[in-house]
Amino acid sequence: MKNNNVIEAQELTKMFGDFAAVNAISFNVKKGEIFGFLGANGAGKTTAMKMLIGISIPTSGKAKVAGFDVFTQAEDIKKNIGYMSQRFALYDDLTVKENITFFGGIYGLSRKQIKEKATVLIEELGLEKVANTLVGALPLGWKQKLSFSVSLLHDPKIVFLDEPTGGVDPITRRQFWEMIYKAANQGTTVFVTTHYMDEAEYCDRVSIMVNGKIEALGTPKKLKEQFKADNMNDVFLKLARG
Amino acid sequence: MKTILYIIQKEFKQIFRNKGMLPIIFVLPILQLVILSNAATFEVKNIKFGYIDNDHSSTSRALVEKFNASTYFNVLTVFPSEAIASAAMLKGEVDVLLEIPNYFERDLQNEKRNNLGITINAIDGAAAGIENVYVTQIVQGFNQNIKMDVLQVSDKQIQPIVIETIPLFWYNKTLNYKTFMVPGILVLLVTMITLFLSGMNIVREKEIGTLEQINVTPIKKSQFIIGKLFPFWVIGMGLLTVGLILARLIFNVPMLGSLALMYLYTSIYILVILGIGLFISNFTDTQQQAMFIAWFFTVIFILMSGLFTPIESMPKWAQTLTKFNPIRYFVEVMRMVMLKGSGFTDILPQLFKTALYAFIMNGLAVWSYKKTN
Repeated sequence: MKNNNVIEAQELTKMFGDFAAVNAISFNVKKGEIFGFLGANGAGKTTAMKMLIGISIPTSGKAKVAGFDVFTQAEDIKKNIGYMSQRFALYDDLTVKENITFFGGIYGLSRKQIKEKATVLIEELGLEKVANTLVGALPLGWKQKLSFSVSLLHDPKIVFLDEPTGGVDPITRRQFWEMIYKAANQGTTVFVTTHYMDEAEYCDRVSIMVNGKIEALGTPKKLKEQFKADNMNDVFLKLARG
Repeated sequence: MKTILYIIQKEFKQIFRNKGMLPIIFVLPILQLVILSNAATFEVKNIKFGYIDNDHSSTSRALVEKFNASTYFNVLTVFPSEAIASAAMLKGEVDVLLEIPNYFERDLQNEKRNNLGITINAIDGAAAGIENVYVTQIVQGFNQNIKMDVLQVSDKQIQPIVIETIPLFWYNKTLNYKTFMVPGILVLLVTMITLFLSGMNIVREKEIGTLEQINVTPIKKSQFIIGKLFPFWVIGMGLLTVGLILARLIFNVPMLGSLALMYLYTSIYILVILGIGLFISNFTDTQQQAMFIAWFFTVIFILMSGLFTPIESMPKWAQTLTKFNPIRYFVEVMRMVMLKGSGFTDILPQLFKTALYAFIMNGLAVWSYKKTN
């Protein structure tokens, strides 16, 4: 890639019948960036994200993720990205270790790599005592952190996080964002959706979707200037109310 | 290949960790085999028999005694009049009613012939038919004796010519219905358990959201499906083994043919069922939907498999339909190999059709499983 963009979307559209869930959105995300993808409920964030991670075929437009086309090279994209969905998607009836082994295994890591990664990961998250406990028995905050770490197991170029901090306490949220920063520092691009506007301030750049369209895009500072607002919360309210 | 092993490992862990599922897989089938095989009988026994004796002669008593001696008729009620007997039949207290006319003995002596009245409750047509045969046999036997007596009285020179048919029953000499039913019910177990387990499995991952996570990984469709279905294939073969052992130990069902052939056929047959299960789970969003569809097909497949009712007596169109029923072939093969000792070439047509079916169903299943929508 000549330019530094790891995600390039042009006029990306998804129609459900007559309804345009995502209406011709265009944006780029640079390598190593933390990109905040904001919008009200039902604005089309998750649909847009599903097109980028290769599980939903766009109706029209163009998009490249990690240098691969979303229409023709979805499986190549999947090798290069991590994804953490809105719903907790690890196996509740497997232990912490077993989940790590399983997802490491299907991403093609060797037994040795899996073992090493599992040890480091469990130590970093402080999960030594519950390594052999079923994941279903862990508190939500721990689950979310584990889920994020698992999505980074195969060292993806980009990690997509769909409302990763929904329903967790402020302390855990802070720890979570520390993890996001750490990943970004190591060169991983982070594409994150959130409803917490204080989190939007942590992002390098944010876009705000309203009714399927991107209505604003830029650094938090720029957006605040553009909309003459003190904080991102006001920016969001001005935009979302129309 | 390594990826598949990871999936298989995960599936087995989840199956054996699911406390609600284990008894369904291993205990229920055994109970079913024992209960169904003992209860699902075609034999008509314990027929409630009543009679009206208007003659009160030694001949009429001899006739009633014949019925009394039969093991099929067990309750003998004597009714004073036809009206009371009819009322009893209406209430279901009597299945077969014999009416011996006035002067039965005298007319038999004088005219060498007579008529008996037989009324059979025919709500269950099949049972009524069988009861009719029993009654006819008993009356015929009685007739034979009477003829002898009558002839001896009137003409000692002429000996009656008796033509007797002696039926030979092959493959199930004692006409033991369990020998016939057990292999069929074994088919049921293997089919139902594997169909339900595989049908619900992927839908369950859809419901809890883990399937989406899987779809975002670079895993190949075929790897995922093989990894998912292999554990259920193993369970199906395990069920067959348990069932065959029980059939031998509890029901003493013979195994005349080759056990290896039985396993070969079953290994292909289970693939058909797993393919159907997977196909169902690809087109449903909840386990509930999958369950209903799986039930719908199992009920039709079972009733049209020749397990309970012979295919030969179905209407032509229904017979054509049974050609698309995998259970039909399994029932045929099971009975052929176990009871007749059929060999590889005998079951080749069934084997071929099943293999083709497996190929088509699994092709459809892999095709309809979409990682991208």
